[in-house]
Parts: sequence; C-alpha cells; structure tokens
Amino acid sequence: MHSNVDSQAPRSLKLAASAGLLFLHLPIMLIFVYAFTTEEKSYQWPPPGFTLKWLAVTWDRPDVWQALKLSVGVASLSTIVALLLGTLCAAAISRSKFFGRETISLLVILPIALPGIITGIALRSAFNLAEIPFSMWTIVLGHATFCVVVVYNNAVARFRRTSASLIDASMDLGADGFQTFRYVILPNIGTALLAGGMLAFALSFDEVIVTTFTAGQQQTLPIWMLEELVRPRQRPVTNVVAMVVVLVTFLPILAAYYITREGHRTGGQSR
Amino acid sequence: MVDGALAITPGRGGIFGRSSDAIWRNPKMFLFLLLLPPLLWLGVVYIGSLLALLVQSFFSIDEFTGLVKREFTLKTYRELLHPANLDIIVRTVSTAVVVTLSAAVVAFPIAYYAARYARGRWKAVFYLGIMLPLWSSYLVKIYAWKLILAKEGILNWLFAQLHLTWLLDAVLAIPIIGGNSLSVSYLGTCIVFLYVWLPFMILPLQASLERVPVNLLEASSDLGAEPVKTFRYVILPLAMPGLIAGSIFTFSLTLGDYIIPQIIGSSRLFIGQAVYAHQGTAGNIPLAAAFTVVPIVVMGFYLWMAKRQGAFDAL
Repeated sequence: MHSNVDSQAPRSLKLAASAGLLFLHLPIMLIFVYAFTTEEKSYQWPPPGFTLKWLAVTWDRPDVWQALKLSVGVASLSTIVALLLGTLCAAAISRSKFFGRETISLLVILPIALPGIITGIALRSAFNLAEIPFSMWTIVLGHATFCVVVVYNNAVARFRRTSASLIDASMDLGADGFQTFRYVILPNIGTALLAGGMLAFALSFDEVIVTTFTAGQQQTLPIWMLEELVRPRQRPVTNVVAMVVVLVTFLPILAAYYITREGHRTGGQSR
Repeated sequence: MVDGALAITPGRGGIFGRSSDAIWRNPKMFLFLLLLPPLLWLGVVYIGSLLALLVQSFFSIDEFTGLVKREFTLKTYRELLHPANLDIIVRTVSTAVVVTLSAAVVAFPIAYYAARYARGRWKAVFYLGIMLPLWSSYLVKIYAWKLILAKEGILNWLFAQLHLTWLLDAVLAIPIIGGNSLSVSYLGTCIVFLYVWLPFMILPLQASLERVPVNLLEASSDLGAEPVKTFRYVILPLAMPGLIAGSIFTFSLTLGDYIIPQIIGSSRLFIGQAVYAHQGTAGNIPLAAAFTVVPIVVMGFYLWMAKRQGAFDAL
C-alpha cells in the first residue's frame, strides 16, 4: 500500500515508529557494552571501566566450549531432519489436492503454534513411558519437530512459484525421477532450502524451553545460559557468551535474508 | 504397466528408471511415499505424545504413596479449580491479554510506517530491524532486560539523572504490579514479555496493512473523514486479520512461557512454572498434564475465532 500523493509520514507516526525500532534494538546493543565491563559482582551502570580480559577468560572455559559443541551438533542434526521432512511435506502439499491436506498443514504448524512447554512435557512423558533414556538424540527429536515448519514454509512458497510443467518436461525428455530431482527441482528450490535450513539452525541453536524437558544431564548453550541466569556464578563470562551468541545468530539471519531476496527469479515463474 | 504400449518412448530400464516410471504412473503412491516420513514423525511421535499427555491428565496421584493411579478420573481437573491453581490460571491469561493489547499498540506505528511509507533502502532497514530482534537469542534478550531492570541498572540510573526517581518509586508502590524493584515486579514481567514477542505482532500486521489499497484511504478523506475516522472505519477493520494473527502468537507464547516470569518477576507462579514444578520435583504428572490442557483449550478457542475472522490468510 504505497501512497503516491502524500509520501510524507506525519511526524507523530515517524516518532512512534522510530521509538518502536529503538525499543527493539537498544537492549541488544547494551549486551555489547556489558561484555567489556570491569564490574564483576553486579549489573552496575554506567560501567566503571572497560577491559578485554573476560574474552580471554571465557575462551579458556571448558564448560562453555562443551555446551557450544553440543548445541552446534544438535542444531545440525535437527536441521538435516527438518530439511528432509519439511521438503517432503511441502512437495506433497503444493503438488496435489487430497483429502486431509489442510490437516497436514495444520499438523506442521502445531509444534510452534502450541506453547513450547506443551511440546516439551508431552515428549518428556512419552520418553518416560517408552523408557527411552535422555541423550543428545532426545534433544534432536524435540528440536526437529518444531524446525520442520520453517523449512516447510520456505519450501512450499518456492514450490508454488515453480512451474509443474518443468518437471513434466524433464520426465518426458527421458530423465528419471532422480535426475529430475537433481537437475530440475533442486536448482529451483535450493536457495529456499538453504534459507529455511539456516532459520531452522538458528531456531534450534537458540531453543531452551523444549530442551529443558528433553535433555538429561547434557547442557546445550541455552541451558548453560539459563543456569547462569537463575544462579549467576561468573557474570562477566555470561556477558561475553551473550555477546557471542548475538553475533553468531545475526550472521545466518542476514545470510538467509540476502539469499531469499535474490531468489525471486526462479524458473517457470510466468505461470 | 498395462498402458506401456501407449507411451511414445519405450519404458526406462534399470532400477532407477523403472521405479521412477512406476512412481510417475501412480501419483497416489508417490504422494503416499512423500507424506509417509513427515506423517510418521509428526503424526505418530508428536501427536502420539500429545495424546499420551492428555490421557495422563485423566489419571490421578495417590495422596499416600505419591504414585500415579492409572484409572480414569476427573479428580485432577477438580484440583485445577482450587483457589491457588485458579489464581495461577487467571494471572497467566490476564497477563497474556495485557501483553497482547500493548503489543498491538506498540506494533501498529512500526507496521504502518513500514507498510506505507518505507521504500527502497528503508524497506530493508525496517525488515531487518524487525527480523534481527525476532531471531536473536531469546535468553540473551531476557538477560539484556535483567541488566536494564536491575536496581543498579541503566533504567534506575536514567530515572535518577532525570530526577524522576520519585515517579518510579510511586509506580513500584502500586500493590499488584509493583515490587521492590522493576526486575522483581509484575510490571517488569509484562515489559519483557512485550519486548520478546513484539516482532511476532509486527510482521503479520505489516503484511495485512500492505494489502490496504491507498485509494480507499484517499476516498475516505475525500469524503470528509478526519484521519481518526479513517483509522477507525477503514484501516482498523482491514488490519484486523493481521492483528488477530499477531495476537495468536503473543497470546500463545505468553500462555506457555515459564522462563521469563522465573527470571524477571515476583515469586507468583504462571501456568508454565506450575507445569514445570508439578512434573519435576513433585512428580505429579497428572496435574501438570491437566495444567497444559488449559492453554490448549484457550488456544483452540482462540484459533477457532481467528479462523472465522479469516486471520490465517495473513500468517
């Protein structure tokens, strides 16, 4: 809805919109200041002084590294599972109309539409009933369940823009299903999958509510942070970890944005 | 393979070739194969777990042994109506309402500006300006607010610099929403909820505002309506699906969260904390399960209303 006549926004609207954006961003920026503070015992503002010492201290903490390693592992595995399931689901939904189609799209959205605590406790009590011991795999199982939806959303939008006649043509010209997938479908949906996969990774990397229910003794990075938030041990280390987490999650988001922005020109779009 | 004779080219050889021929001839089977893995995962593992949880809410806990009795009973649901538990439910639902309404108010100008006036470079700035906070770490955001709201933190410092400490103290002295400091008050909990869920409100709202045709607004003002009237009778009704879609997120997320009230807020419990406490140390899975049914029922009702208003097109 672009206005051609009065392209100048009223001043009050400008003020309210920029105040809103500031409200969204200032708290995160504050993290960057606190990561360098010399104050150890409290959250004192303004910081009494600045130091780089805590970067080195954090670097030497084995518990942080271990948590980071587990988080990366869990996020990678969940992303792979989500990519598989999400793409399959999107392909089925976008290609054909069948009974129960609406139900399936609802089913995919359900794990993030329902509060995380419900997914968490449902899985935990199911693991207990089935006597499955908690491990990295139970965490992956929980994460993949709600990561499917972001891959699905990205893939289904791209499938709709990709013309079905491309696939028909490929099959008619003698390619088998696997060649068609490799040379026709994959190039068309590749960037959407990449973007969806990055978002799924970010979602899993950051998830804490479901994880508290599906993890045993293992600590992912968010669980480590939660522990520090509830019972602070060394605040400066938490500050540094928080800053690193912000930086690490910004990169895939920016990348996903640029990928999907350029991906608008896809084959068979004239349909 | 009866209709093989009708094909222009002969059938493909090899396992890959033959199987892709078979799949091509039989779209139903292909569809089934596509859907099988996701349905097994989501339909069996996930829905199965949810149903198992639901079933357990109809069990009860033996008061003497502390073990779960596997017999059908509504006793656990009656327990939900105890004043202490009812209090938790009312507190959580009313917080969700407050957070949703304030998110709508704060989100509207951002969404409206982004939809109507931002273009080119600014469009990208607004898009990323909403996406980055949305996707940055949930715990880091809460942590940032712990820094801000702490007694020695930046907000108290700011109030002191402006000589407004008396105002803050007056707000904190209000019985229910106040407390010793902002970080242990109900007001603090609401601010953090608002902050963390705000992008979820902005995005669908912006999507619905982008579909409002400008000539409707021009027609409205040509016909003599002041901006307030145009807003009330033209923009707001057209933005409603977006508002409802956004409120689904803010409402549902607030109902189920147990980490924010645990870290920033008074010691009074929310539904999520009650669930966590009952399933953990207390081992009272039936009561925890019954508690989780509350947000499911509330959200089910909410989604049904939203669907009737056509809000799903704006998601």
